[in-house]
Amino acid sequence: MAVDLSINLAGIRSPNPFWLASGPPTNEGPMIMRAFEAGWGGAVWKTLGEPIVNVSSRLGSIDYGTRRMLGLNNIELITDRPLAKNFQEIDEVKKRFPDNAVVVSLMVESKREAWHEIVKRTNDSGADGIELNFGCPHGMSERGMGAAMGQVPDYTCMVTEWVKEVAKVPVLVKLTPNVTSILPPARAAVNGGADGLSLINTINSVMGVDLDTWDVYPNVGGQSAHGGYCGPAVKPIALAMVNEIARDWRSGRVPLSGIGGIETWKDAVEFLLLGATGVQVCTAVMHYGYRIVEDLIDGATSYCESKGLARVTDLVGQAAKKVTDWGKLDLNYVIKPRIDYEKCVGCNLCYTACADGAHQAFALDGPPVKVADGTTRPGPRVLDDQCVGCNLCHLVCPVPSCITMTRQETGHRPMTYEEFTASGLPRTALAGYGS
Amino acid sequence: MTFEERFTDLVPALTKADAVAAASACLYCADAPCTKACPTHIDVPAFIRKISTDNLKGAARVILSANVLGGSCARVCPVEELCEGACVQNRLRHEPVRIARLQRYATDAAISHEWKLFEKGPMNGRKVACVGAGPASLSAAFVLAQKGYAVTVYDERELPGGLDTYAMADYKLKIPAAQAEIETLKDLGVTFVMKTTVGRDVPFAELEAKSDAIFLGIGLGGTARLGIPGEGEPGVVDALSFIEKLKTAPYAQSAFSGEVLVIGAGNTAIDAVTQSKRLGAKSATIVYRRGEEDMPCFDYEYELAKKDGCRFEFGARPKRIERSGDRLALVCEREGREVSFLGDRIIRAIGQAKRREMFDTLGIALDDQGRVLVDSASQRTSNPRYFAGGDCVNGGQEAVNAVAAGKRAAAGIDATFALRQVA
Ligand SMILES: Cc1cc2nc3c(=O)[nH]c(=O)nc-3n(C[C@H](O)[C@H](O)[C@H](O)COP(=O)(O)OP(=O)(O)OC[C@H]3O[C@@H](n4cnc5c(N)ncnc54)[C@H](O)[C@@H]3O)c2cc1C
Ligand SMILES: Cc1cc2nc3c(=O)[nH]c(=O)nc-3n(C[C@H](O)[C@H](O)[C@H](O)COP(=O)(O)O)c2cc1C
Repeated sequence: MAVDLSINLAGIRSPNPFWLASGPPTNEGPMIMRAFEAGWGGAVWKTLGEPIVNVSSRLGSIDYGTRRMLGLNNIELITDRPLAKNFQEIDEVKKRFPDNAVVVSLMVESKREAWHEIVKRTNDSGADGIELNFGCPHGMSERGMGAAMGQVPDYTCMVTEWVKEVAKVPVLVKLTPNVTSILPPARAAVNGGADGLSLINTINSVMGVDLDTWDVYPNVGGQSAHGGYCGPAVKPIALAMVNEIARDWRSGRVPLSGIGGIETWKDAVEFLLLGATGVQVCTAVMHYGYRIVEDLIDGATSYCESKGLARVTDLVGQAAKKVTDWGKLDLNYVIKPRIDYEKCVGCNLCYTACADGAHQAFALDGPPVKVADGTTRPGPRVLDDQCVGCNLCHLVCPVPSCITMTRQETGHRPMTYEEFTASGLPRTALAGYGS
Repeated sequence: MTFEERFTDLVPALTKADAVAAASACLYCADAPCTKACPTHIDVPAFIRKISTDNLKGAARVILSANVLGGSCARVCPVEELCEGACVQNRLRHEPVRIARLQRYATDAAISHEWKLFEKGPMNGRKVACVGAGPASLSAAFVLAQKGYAVTVYDERELPGGLDTYAMADYKLKIPAAQAEIETLKDLGVTFVMKTTVGRDVPFAELEAKSDAIFLGIGLGGTARLGIPGEGEPGVVDALSFIEKLKTAPYAQSAFSGEVLVIGAGNTAIDAVTQSKRLGAKSATIVYRRGEEDMPCFDYEYELAKKDGCRFEFGARPKRIERSGDRLALVCEREGREVSFLGDRIIRAIGQAKRREMFDTLGIALDDQGRVLVDSASQRTSNPRYFAGGDCVNGGQEAVNAVAAGKRAAAGIDATFALRQVA
């Protein structure tokens, strides 16, 4: 079965939902052309504005076990190349790749004329869309740009309006996650006329300290600055924010370009399922190169085939409504762990996690399990009366499908917290009470 | 221990947990050394990444598109010398990424799910005959069928696969696994004409009349003769027949509890001696005319034989075989003196003979060692209608080399016609 991967995000069309996010991988025309050759559907150009001067070093990262760059942080600013050169390259890229989406990220000082001028230049460049960088959390924000815009909804709305006054192509507003709630800036952007929203930009962070020198990462001659955090580690935060907007009728009316921690086709599909129309990738490309797009396309195609979907856009928002307010969750839904003793290797991590981090719902006197040296030992046994079904044992278990959380028949009908408080029933009416 | 246990896979299949851990060790190198080291240039980092992303189907496609026998090769390749030997993790962690096992994990999935990963190309009206159904021909047929050629493969054996089917040590690759992989070719519309010896049952002239090009992937001949007196004695067997029987008949029929002497020290000799041991031989001994350091077998094969309790007699040049009561005596010359080894069975394993006559009649030039001379890029022989590859050209290397040669030949054949169309 052929799967149609193409998308139309706020009027910006691309052959697939995979775009490069604004950043080093989209610094210049020749790079973007190589990316398109590799298969990327679109690219958001490295943010253009008055060229800046960068520091060295600019990046820091955290590792986890053998995994390098689980999280990346940067104190890089916007483009350091002349505007004229960038615009000339945009034109060249569009001529060679008319079907790929080229979106130009912009950031200038908070003056209407300044915005008008750069938007007009962008109109003339042949670009398919504009993305307003209201998200950069470092350097530019101190100059009243980037996150300084995105953190004040009124500014977000105002600048979006200025841009829309002259823009001839769709305008996306890229939001900063460095806010207490993503909804006010999202709504402000939509009120200002944004055709779509991109999120997230990077998260404020300090990467760590050298324990010998006490230098802080990333280190610039003995000093550091807070920088923007991204990479696989930020995905859950991005998913939550994308989904929150997708479910908001005021801001979720416009299509969303999901960004943050996307590395595999599975990550991308999750963003789509939670409400994004397309996705953007930065860190994973900085780590492994443009070539990762081949598996993004291949994996997403096979996945759609396996689900019997003809279009990738059929995925958009399918799981969005599965997130709701806590008060709407069923308090009488109860799950308990069930252990496959054939698979259990006897590490007892479930036991210790539950004993010290949960509800002491394991005893070590279960059926015998085989351990590595061929001997057996008593396996963990679930004490259903103690267990609250929190999931922790399942999460720490290193053996695939060894602990399965299984639904329990409670004899109680479903009841949410909202229903419960409205009902006036005593707490004993709930399945989870009193264990 | 039952025979089944003794011949169980030496390197077992990975579990899902193994595969996740093994795949996570891959650094996803750019311009990766493993890919370069593989004669068929499988994009190893790409397929391992796909395993990491749970895209097993994509992983299998990456492997098989480069090497249609990727499942066999995962089991039989000397990976220590190839991909895994080249892995950068050897330096970092002193242990390579388990490429072969991951490759098997993905290709096994393709077989168990019966994924159809390839499509035959629209027919281009051209016909190619492949003589021999070994790795070289299968690989050529796979590429040509996808390009729209009508491919017919002839083989004198009952089953396709060549030595991949009939010779691989059973604890590496068993016949069902080898056959399962060949289904892909049948799906692509490749026709197999089995139990048919070309040159005898079907004359070459007929193939020439019916085909636009002919690929010769006929491998080497039977086990070479020792050329010493007594080699016709009952109890003297050749390695290929011995191995074929143990692979095609129930193990019990090959069981032999006497003492076995194996002449030779290549990989085939090692396979013969270890498998003799596993079939119950009281002792199994390699008798080799030169020294330990001269053994042509791979180190890890030698290690395996030693671990199995096989014995080694070096510097003993066989001179004759005599009967000694109801036993056999292998009389050798060692440092100018005669020594005699007693055994109940002697296995000849000094390599395969070359098939010169056939090539002579076809006007195909050979080198002084009886290997077919070809243009290294296109695999074309001195007779322009014929292309050749695999053991008959390289003199006897590995299955993966034959697969790589088949790919080159397919490209060479295709280029001939592409050029003619232009002209
Ligand atoms: C005992 C043994 C163990 C081996 N172990 C390994 C291993 O562990 N790993 C590895 O990578 N390689 C191994 N090899 C080597 C590997 O098997 C060969 O390199 C590979 O099979 C060569 O492929 P081929 O297509 O060139 O020839 P073959 O596999 O020899 O196939 C040739 C085919 O042509 C057929 N044929 C010949 N003449 C005619 C004719 N006139 N008409 C019709 N059909 C004909 C034959 O029947 C045969 O099926 C081993 C070889 C041997 C002998
Ligand atoms: C070094 C670096 C430079 C970046 N520069 C920009 C930029 O100029 N404009 C912008 O909008 N976002 C910029 N970003 C943010 C990314 O576009 C993206 O929003 C963020 O990295 C999250 O995605 P990821 O987890 O895939 O990296 C930059 C990120 C990095 C790592």
